[in-house]
Amino acid sequence: MKQIILFDKVGAFAENKDIARDIRLQEIMPALTQGEEVILDFEKVGAATQSFIHALISDVLRNYGNDVLERISFKGCNETIRKIINIVVDYMQDGIGSENDADFD
Amino acid sequence: MKIHLPNSAFLGNIDPFLRGFDPSSPDFLEITANDKWISVHPLVLSMIAALGLTIKNPESIRCEKFEARSKHYLVRMGLFKILNVLSDINIVEHEAAGRFIPITRIRTSDELTKFITEMIPLLHLEAEQAKTIGYIVSELVRNVIEHAKAENGAFLCAQYYKKSNAIRIGIADTGVGIKTTINQSYSAETDLKAIQLALSPGITGTTRREGGTAQNAGAGLFFIKSIASVNRDFFVIYSGHGFYKLLKKPPSKRLHLNADPFKDRHSEEEDMPFWPGTLVGVDITLDQTEEFSLLLDAIRKTYSTAVRERKKARYKKARFI
Repeated sequence: MKQIILFDKVGAFAENKDIARDIRLQEIMPALTQGEEVILDFEKVGAATQSFIHALISDVLRNYGNDVLERISFKGCNETIRKIINIVVDYMQDGIGSENDADFD
Repeated sequence: MKIHLPNSAFLGNIDPFLRGFDPSSPDFLEITANDKWISVHPLVLSMIAALGLTIKNPESIRCEKFEARSKHYLVRMGLFKILNVLSDINIVEHEAAGRFIPITRIRTSDELTKFITEMIPLLHLEAEQAKTIGYIVSELVRNVIEHAKAENGAFLCAQYYKKSNAIRIGIADTGVGIKTTINQSYSAETDLKAIQLALSPGITGTTRREGGTAQNAGAGLFFIKSIASVNRDFFVIYSGHGFYKLLKKPPSKRLHLNADPFKDRHSEEEDMPFWPGTLVGVDITLDQTEEFSLLLDAIRKTYSTAVRERKKARYKKARFI
């Protein structure tokens, strides 16, 4: 189980897409490739842009398909961040296939 | 190039000011102003700063002696400083907190993150309002950093207006413009058509693939236009010869978003003087800021519908003979 604490990397406002890309490439993808489950912990993150969430997870969905949502959990998200994650999850699945909501802890 | 600062230029009445911009002789910039009073949207200042920084030789910027009583405002917003033009206007600088963000140049992703962390709190907004402003600034400036190929980066300034309880933000760049960016993947014939595509959810110049690339979805401008639309505020985008202005919506309880920006109440022009890059201006009236969360529900619905309709439009049809 790989737990990634977003606040430690981006602070209270998750908007830096370069950091999102680094998290995706250096932590999320390698963990999934090794068969691990991933928890993205948004505790203490007050806001996120759609661009940040897109850079964090869209390519994960594209590469692993929507079944990957059974191996990723989003923890400690406030209502706004939940909704932005669901927008990204929706349009990625609309683009690649069937529907599935993100799993929020 | 010639630009004249008028008596008044805000997003509602900015069109004549923009039409008066003369982009000829790009190695020279002449700035003149109304001699009684100058009251302008931050977009106007960001625009002049961006133009000024395209002039390699500072002596090729001719700025007339300003007479207007409100000339001190231009000094305070840092216009002459960023243009490297000497001004004989003396002011006593007050603490900026709570009122404005002077003209600021942002060139990198890290500079943007630092700016948002340090500058947005200076506006002393409530938490939800600060999130909305931070969101808008982040998405708009990142567009410049990632797509504009602007040598001088993004120029931004903002002003809080107590009377209307509104934040007005202007962002300018002198990069390649929206048409060049969008036409990496599409074939927009005009700047205005390119603006229409750029404002549509899920359209990005980086790919035609639904869902975008790993780094770009083509959603940023749609989100910003949606924020302005729901709050019944102005939103202006100007690139090349193309100009689009989202007009204020009449009060209505129905929260409805359009995927096609041309279906919104708007004005458009496709023969404005050529702006070498992109300008974006937005007003956010704070006491009518809709709950961001409700807005996201509407965005989710509109976005999904737009993607599905685009996919459906590409379906092959059965052949009946």
